[in-house]
This record gives sequence, C-alpha cells and structure tokens, in this order.
Amino acid sequence: MSLLEIKNLHASVDGHEILKGINLTINPGEVHSIMGPNGSGKSTLAQVLARRQAYHVTAGSINFLGKDLLEMKPEEAACEGVFLAFQYPVEVPGIGNTYFMRSALNAIRKHQGLDEMDAMDFLPMFREKLKLLDMDEKLMNRSVNEGFSGGEKKRNEILQMAVLQPRLAILDETDSGLDIDALRIVANGVNALRSTERGMLVVTHYQRLLNYIVPDFVHVLVDGRIVRSGGPELALELEEKGYSWTEGARQPEPASA
Amino acid sequence: MSTAIANVEHYLEAFTRLPRTAEPDWLKQLREDAFARFCQTGLPTTHDEDWRFTNVSAIAKTEFELPVDPPQLSAADLSAWKFPASAIELIFVDGQFAAEFSTIGSLPPGVQVSSLKEQNTKHSNAAKEQLGRYLNVERDAFAALNTAFISDGAFVHVSRGVVVEVPIRLLFVSTQAAAPRMVHPRNLLVFDQESQATVIEEYVSLGGGTVLSNSATELVAGANATVSHYMIEREKVDAFNISTLRIQHERSANVASHSLLLGGGLVRNNVHPVLAGEGGECLINGLFVGEGRQHLDNYMHVEHASPHCSSRQFYNGILDGHAHGVFHGRIVVHKDAQKTDAKQTNRNLLLSDDAQIDTKPQLEIYADDVKCTHGATIGQIDENALFYLRSRGIDEISARRLLLMAFASECLERMAAGPAREYSERLIHEHLLKIADHVTTASASVQNRSWEEVG
Repeated sequence: MSLLEIKNLHASVDGHEILKGINLTINPGEVHSIMGPNGSGKSTLAQVLARRQAYHVTAGSINFLGKDLLEMKPEEAACEGVFLAFQYPVEVPGIGNTYFMRSALNAIRKHQGLDEMDAMDFLPMFREKLKLLDMDEKLMNRSVNEGFSGGEKKRNEILQMAVLQPRLAILDETDSGLDIDALRIVANGVNALRSTERGMLVVTHYQRLLNYIVPDFVHVLVDGRIVRSGGPELALELEEKGYSWTEGARQPEPASA
Repeated sequence: MSTAIANVEHYLEAFTRLPRTAEPDWLKQLREDAFARFCQTGLPTTHDEDWRFTNVSAIAKTEFELPVDPPQLSAADLSAWKFPASAIELIFVDGQFAAEFSTIGSLPPGVQVSSLKEQNTKHSNAAKEQLGRYLNVERDAFAALNTAFISDGAFVHVSRGVVVEVPIRLLFVSTQAAAPRMVHPRNLLVFDQESQATVIEEYVSLGGGTVLSNSATELVAGANATVSHYMIEREKVDAFNISTLRIQHERSANVASHSLLLGGGLVRNNVHPVLAGEGGECLINGLFVGEGRQHLDNYMHVEHASPHCSSRQFYNGILDGHAHGVFHGRIVVHKDAQKTDAKQTNRNLLLSDDAQIDTKPQLEIYADDVKCTHGATIGQIDENALFYLRSRGIDEISARRLLLMAFASECLERMAAGPAREYSERLIHEHLLKIADHVTTASASVQNRSWEEVG
C-alpha cells in the first residue's frame, strides 16, 4: 500500500485557488522533493497535508495509509504519523521545550495505545536526539523557539521529528536561511531518519539542500500544478536553467535567470 | 439620584439596628464618622472618574440585609474548601468567625492571629491604634460603608523579626442567600520590623443568591518586613465582591500583592499601596479570568510618598463570552519622592468577539527625577501557535489550555515559591481547563491579530 496518495488536489485560500490539480504518490521509504518558484503552491501543499484549516480543499482526495487525510484535524493527522517541519517555526512563550516535546509524544503514544512516557524514560531518549542535532540541552529549558536563532529553530524542527518518529515527514523549506554548517547538521539529522518505513516530502526553493538529502524523485511545481517529474538529476537541470525553463514550457515568456 | 438617596436610607435602617453594645467607644466613633461620610457621598456612579468603567447601580438598587444567624454547617460542608497544605486558617461564614472550623493551633511566639471582633471586644485597645488609620473613607464610599458596618475579619500581628513559616489563610464563605445579603469583612494585618509572612484572603460561595462582600484590609508592613498578600476571588457568578487592600509600606518594606479573580459577578479589586518610607518595594501582580457576563475591575492606586521606592504592576486578563475587564492603574508620585521607579504593564487576551477590556493608565507625577513607564496590550490566542501545537499531536482543548496557561504563568512566576503559589497554580489550572473547553467551538472564526500597543 502506498503511504500517501494525492489525487487531483485543488485548494484555495481566501477565495484564491492555489493548488490546481496535484497528483502525487509516495511509497514507504521514498524521498520526494518538490521544487518550485515563489508562489507556486509548495507551502500550501505542505500546510494542507498538515491539515491547516485556513486552506480549503475544493476538489480531490488525499489518502494516507488507507485513511482519508482530509477528514482529519491537525492533531489527528499528527497522531496518524504526519509531521510538518515548519518553514517558519512558531515561538510559543511560556511553554518549555522539553515539556512540549513530552506532551506531544505522549499524545501520539496515547493515540497508538501505548503507555505515556514519564520524565525518567523520556530524558535519556531526548538527550540522544539532541546530540544528533548538535543542540545545547540548555535551549530545552527555554520556551519553545523563544529567542532561538533561525538555525536553532530549524534544528528544533528536525529534533521534534526525531522524537516523534512520523511515517510521513514534510520539510517545508527547512534549508532556507541556513548557513552551510547548519545545513549539514540538519541534513544529517534528516538522513538519519530515512528508513524503509518512512516517506519524506522535501519542499525546497533551492537545489543546494538536495546535495545533502538526495531524493528519489523530484517534482517541479509551477502555478499549482506539477509540471515535471524525474529523478535527482532534474534538480540539477533546474538549478542550471532556472524555473523560467519550466514556466516557458507551459507559457512562453522572455527567459531570465 | 433618587436611587442613591433611597439606598442611603436603607443603609441607615441597617446601621441603626447594628448591635454595638459590646464595643469600645473608639470603634463606635469610627463607625459613626464613616457612616456620616457615606451618607454624604452615597454610592459612586460612572460619572465618577474612578468608576468610569464599572456601573454599581445593580448594587445601589438592591436592598441588602445584614446576615442573621448563619446556617449550621458541618465540617464536611467546608472540607472541599480547606487549604491543601499546612496553614494557619481562619474561616468566616457569612461574615462571622467560625472558630469550630478554623485552625489556629499553637502559634509561634510573637504571632497573634485571631478574629478582629474578638480583639475588639476582649482587648479593646489592641487594634485601636491602627484600625481605620490607613483606609481612606473620604474618597471611597465602599471603604466608608465597610468601616460603618465592620463585622468581623482577621487580626494578625507579627512581632519584630518573626518569620511565619506557613501561610495565614483567611477564608470567607458565603452561604445560600434567600434575600440579598451584605457582609463587610475587615482585616487588620500588622507586620512589625523585619518580620515575614504570607496571607491568603479568599472568597468562596457555598450557595448562590445575591450576596455583597464589601471587604477592606489594612496591611501595615514595618521597616524591612517582607509580606506576600494573596487575594483570591472564587465566588459564584451572582455575587458582588468589592475589596480594598490598603498597604502601608514603612522604610525598605517589601510587599507583594497577588490577585486572582476567577469568580464573582461584579468584582472590584482595589489595591492601594502607599510607599511611605524610603527604599520600599512593591509588587502588584494579578490575573483576572472572566467569562459569561462577569465584570472584573482592577483599580490600582500606587502612591509613592518617599524617595527611592520602586513599584511594579503586572496584570494579565483573559476574557471570554461577554465578560468585561477593567484595569485602571493610577500612579501618584509625590513631590519629594525622587528616584521613584514605577512600572505598569497590563496584558489582555480576548477570547471572544463580545469580551471587552478597558485599560487606563493614570500617572500623576509631582517629582522631577523619576522613572515611570506603562504599557498595555490586547490580543487573541495566537492561531499560529495553536496550529503549531496541534500539528504535533496535541488536541485542540489541551493546546488552548497550554497557551492560556502559558499566558497566566507570567503571573505565577512572580509569586515566591511555596504553598501559596502551588495553590494558586492549581486553581488557575482547573479554571483555565474549563475556559479552554468553552472556547474551542466559538473561536473558529477568530482572525489572528498580533499584539496591539495601546498605551
């Protein structure tokens, strides 16, 4: 059974149609990358998958592990195994990182019929994940993302993913704004989570990330539709020729780099 | 105007019937003077600047009676309301001290805790010097009314250098009221030089009905004394609660006033510290949480009367339904109070379209070398944060509760660690769980809006 099956997905926000018929299938173990210019609908797709209510699905279906994802609330999707690493992680003053992580993990464990994890069991596991992302434990005593640098916020997203162990991980421009060292750390964290059970959808604007997280498939999203799909070599081609190349294929325009 | 006059007549009847025979003469005089003042002013209206946002006509229109014999209660009736940790506990039922339910135990040397009425009838002079000395009956009609009708309350005296380890908790219980009933609790809390104590003043309802609690507390903090005072309002939503905390700071005294308004229908919380000695430090910290048609008014009046004093006001409000909150923060810096450092912050979360907050800073500065700042914010639950928590598997009600708790925890963090803080945390937690449950459906349409500076 496929992990994720998106068919003819149309979605709009505030009356504007952003996604205009997406078809995409992800099988367990596969890493797919979605590339595209600004405003093409990459983030909208990520948010729809995480079940943000502000995006209205007007047509199509999403099947996740045999269930209708569009019927799920954000927390239900998370409990079923969907994880979105946010493009802009949210600061939540007053809620400690460690407490937040343990609450989230226990919510998911409860859904899976597992016992809640107490602090004694949680901390050693948590510390190990911190090491994976090269993060200072002191950060975890602070409120969620509060006062974190851009790189720390992105690493914190991957840390959460490592703790929650989702079936489908969606990375929304996780590379944006990272320097090369931070990018390597984040990519190592992500690669450590690649498994035959887990699917990944890596949304990115730049090809650079894909040097570190090598995808199995690359899709080019333009104006709410996937206009090309291919292997990792497609990303390189795109990098070389620019997005105008794909746009040109649909709608002739003067080329510009 | 006619209601105000009719009402004064009604209070006059009650005042005439007030049994006073066992009282010392000075107390009789105190009552007479205060009542005379009340007759001159009557109850305030919204034309009065201090009462602009709070209409007390519902109180003015009601003919309240003084309590008659309180009903027979059993220990079981009160067991749910007892303090969960060890404490010196005074319980008042419908304004009267209930020795049988109270726990005074063996007090450490230098500590006096008793009913004020008992003090005044048995040792007539213990409270004489201080009672009524600080409360301003000229300016405040409710304070005058309280003084005229002083019934009972706590008398606490902690001698020089004594540290009271456990909280002193004063629990005011109102029972079911068939007819409108008023009580006028009065507390006198005196902390001598270098003493230290925590007092919790709490109001709860055992039954419903129209009840007016019009309380006044005079708190005297001697030089270098460290005192924490908690005002916790948890009455039913048909109750009226007017309370005044008047704090007198001597040199380098450090007093923290924490208010938690979680219940009551029409609530007015007056906090009036006077920093009368150099180097005094005052923290005024509060949280008010309203829903339904609750009206929660916080009136702060901080007087800097000496140099080198600092005051910090932090009030957070959470309002849902049609609740109306008020924060009125008045800071008066007297001419000689140089190097005053006064700060005021009021932050509010509105959870529904119909909830309302009026926030008003009022700075009157007569000295020229001072630092005074104020700020207020009004916002809603951050929908981005809510989605973020939910996207990690936390259900909507829990996510809302976490966000509300995070907002409220700013207030908790300012309380010194100990049983009073733990107790406050528990009450807030339970209350916010209820609120979070209510707002899940209502707020679907709420648009995200960032904090807005209004002052």
